[in-house]
Amino acid sequence: MSDTVLDIEGLSVHFPTRRKLFVAVNKANLAVEPGEIHGLVGESGAGKSTIGAAVMGLLERPGHIAEGTVSFKGEHISGRDADGMRALRGAKISMIFQDPLTSLNPLLTVEQQLVETIQFHLKLSDADSLTRAVALLDRVGIPDPSERIKQYPHQFSGGMRQRVVIALALCSEPDVIIADEPTTALDVSIQAQILELIKELARERQTGVILITHDMGVIADTTDKVTVMYQGKVVESGTTAQVLGAPTHEYTKSLIAAVPRPTLKVHRFPQLSYGGRQIAFHIDDLARNWERPEPSKSGTLLKVEGLTKTFLARNAIIPSRRKYFTAADKVSFDIREGEVFGIVGESGSGKSTVARMIATLYQTNGGKIFFDDEEITQLKTAKDLESYRRQIQMIFQDPFSSLNPRMRVDEIIAEPVKHHKLLEGDAIQHRVDELLERVGLGSDAGRKYPHEFSGGQRQRISIARALATQPRFLICDEPTSALDVSIQAQILNILKDLQEHLGLTMLFISHDLPVVRQMCDRVGVMRQGQMVEVADTETLFAAPKEAYTRELLSLMPKLEGLSTEGLEDEIV
Amino acid sequence: MLTYVLKRVLQSALVLLVVGLVAFSMFRFVGDPIDNMLGQERTDADIARLRADLGLDQPFPVQYYKFLENAVQGDFGISFRQGRPVAEILVERAPATLELAAVSGFLAISIGIGLGVFTAIRKDGFLANMIMSVSLIGVSLPTFLIGILLIYLFSVELGWLPSFGRGEVVHIGWWSTGLLTASGLKALILPSITLGLYQMTLIMRLVRSEMLEVLRQDYVRFARARGLNERTVNFRHALKNTLVPVITVTGLQLGSIIAFAIITETVFQWPGVGLLFINAIQFVDIPVMAAYLMLISVMFVGINLIVDLLYFAIDPRLRTDGKGAH
Repeated sequence: MSDTVLDIEGLSVHFPTRRKLFVAVNKANLAVEPGEIHGLVGESGAGKSTIGAAVMGLLERPGHIAEGTVSFKGEHISGRDADGMRALRGAKISMIFQDPLTSLNPLLTVEQQLVETIQFHLKLSDADSLTRAVALLDRVGIPDPSERIKQYPHQFSGGMRQRVVIALALCSEPDVIIADEPTTALDVSIQAQILELIKELARERQTGVILITHDMGVIADTTDKVTVMYQGKVVESGTTAQVLGAPTHEYTKSLIAAVPRPTLKVHRFPQLSYGGRQIAFHIDDLARNWERPEPSKSGTLLKVEGLTKTFLARNAIIPSRRKYFTAADKVSFDIREGEVFGIVGESGSGKSTVARMIATLYQTNGGKIFFDDEEITQLKTAKDLESYRRQIQMIFQDPFSSLNPRMRVDEIIAEPVKHHKLLEGDAIQHRVDELLERVGLGSDAGRKYPHEFSGGQRQRISIARALATQPRFLICDEPTSALDVSIQAQILNILKDLQEHLGLTMLFISHDLPVVRQMCDRVGVMRQGQMVEVADTETLFAAPKEAYTRELLSLMPKLEGLSTEGLEDEIV
Repeated sequence: MLTYVLKRVLQSALVLLVVGLVAFSMFRFVGDPIDNMLGQERTDADIARLRADLGLDQPFPVQYYKFLENAVQGDFGISFRQGRPVAEILVERAPATLELAAVSGFLAISIGIGLGVFTAIRKDGFLANMIMSVSLIGVSLPTFLIGILLIYLFSVELGWLPSFGRGEVVHIGWWSTGLLTASGLKALILPSITLGLYQMTLIMRLVRSEMLEVLRQDYVRFARARGLNERTVNFRHALKNTLVPVITVTGLQLGSIIAFAIITETVFQWPGVGLLFINAIQFVDIPVMAAYLMLISVMFVGINLIVDLLYFAIDPRLRTDGKGAH
């Protein structure tokens, strides 16, 4: 074991609360060798980040290490006091956080933050510290480092900020880096660059890396070894190829089965059977009572032509000096009745702007929207728009902020029904109960408040709310981006069922190409406000026409080594 | 940046005009100054003559315009009661109020921020909880009551500190200061505590809650994870971020310290502009009241302007015009 740089043995972390003891990590083992990237994977609440915090000695009180040891180069460090841990933190063991937008102090320049850290650990002079800081920035791939070091964090883009964060973590040549979801908040192209940088650093400096993530694609492409956690316990550990290709534990199998594949299209995701999370979704009853309108004559339900939206980027008194940002630039596409149309693109490409214009949440600055052969952009009064608004409903990305925390769940779902005066009296409550039952929450859920539900359950509430007015057209704006992979599989299954049984037409927005491949019949690729390419999903993935589409596809994790166990019956 | 400052200055001027108008129009309802100025044996002719002398027979807009015209030149008219120029009286009285406000503002800010940081860092400590409980008294007791209680305790019972007045003052040019004599300093203690206590507890509670919020932020966790010591993390990283929102409220509070000085000055018979104003109201001394209100609003507006500029100094995100991020 002499070459093990970090060794975690039988580690348990306890959080005593007034009612009971919460065991966040239960007898976990993990060993990292120099130059190795060790993936730590699991769903939210599995205890991944807690292990990271425990190693760093940064557990939030009242959390503490109840048993087990953490050894750094053969020396026990888990028993050290606060000062002893501080001598290691940042010096020998560094940490990188998830969100580069919040992990830098906004009020200090990059130089101040780097120099401060370097001087703290290495006790260099001002000039030497600065030289080293510039060299570090250069190493992590920031162009023109001696100029940019003088800037503040907000002057850097997300990917560049994560590079600065990595530079900060490298200040004193650490032997171990704990990277806690380092690329979750970044676009695919940036994610690929950052992961490449981490790989290079591990190889070059023989730094051991613990890469905490929930993303199987990151694990498959980056790590040498992987440890899978479930509810605080390590369920499986081994080389990446072995664990992903031939998982032995039931949980690992179910987790891998829920990962959307870029190369295989499945009809439905196998439901996670592990841990009794099976949730019934009764679609048939719902379909029976569903009022279906006459299909549109042309077969095209929604058509947009030259849709444009500009935002004021800089205000000025003189109109000619104002600056505008074009979020959507002459976007045109049409969606056939009953199809799922996907829009993919990186953040800032205008996907959500287009969706919001269609939902009439944004005023358009040009272009036309036709719904069921009627031009919506011509409708002027709120009254004319009402019927259109009833027929389109939206599901938002963030299940936490899209539900009013002061309203009960049944009020939330009843609100659109009452607003459009679709039902009266007891019939409203009846529909609410029915919808809650159908999305698998049970009618009792109506009397609770949103905070009593998990992210996946909240997204079900959002779906129930969207279905309350019996819409024809559903806009899903990144509906599963904030969810764990098994929950994502459930929600995607529900959406697929809805679309099939209720004949719903859907606009599905996502940055996640494998998900889009599973969900959509046709896909549009957006970049910098423009629609680059529109094609059938299979055609787009098999033979992309545009260079940008090819680039996006090439950045997608391939996941070829992943086991296909449990998927056999579903492959289309 | 320059356009921003210009815009703010223009806005401030507009605010002052409106305040002046509102204040001036209110004075028409507080009573007739002539009643107080002439004795029992007045005749109608006396009244009319005095009214014409003081310009009170003019229509309201003309009076207001005259007032503004003179005010811009530093002439606030002549006090009806004292028969001396208002500007002269104000200059004489202002140092007392400004000194009192400055000392209590300083106490409120320094002790408030200090205790706020302390109670945030030692969130569950016994002392921190004690301070939080005691601070409720500062928030909930009215100023005059605190003043009277302090006078009772320290002047009447213990006899340590004077209960009224400024003590001995030293004149430096037109400025009179109580900061250079022992009796002046002693006289300052009770009124400045009385005046600053509310602001102090408010600032403290605000700093505490903001600081707790900031300590939860990722950049603070990241600073800890880099091994920086607690002092650097708490004061260099956390405190500066805490101050951004605190500055706004503190700025407004400093304005109200000067405005609330009226009550404290009355309780302690402090010879400042607040006491002057109270006396002016009793006598319907319109020029003094108008000048006082204008002075207070100039200070309020000025402090807010400074606060806005401080934002620029502290928060670099405001300094760039949306460029950067590339």
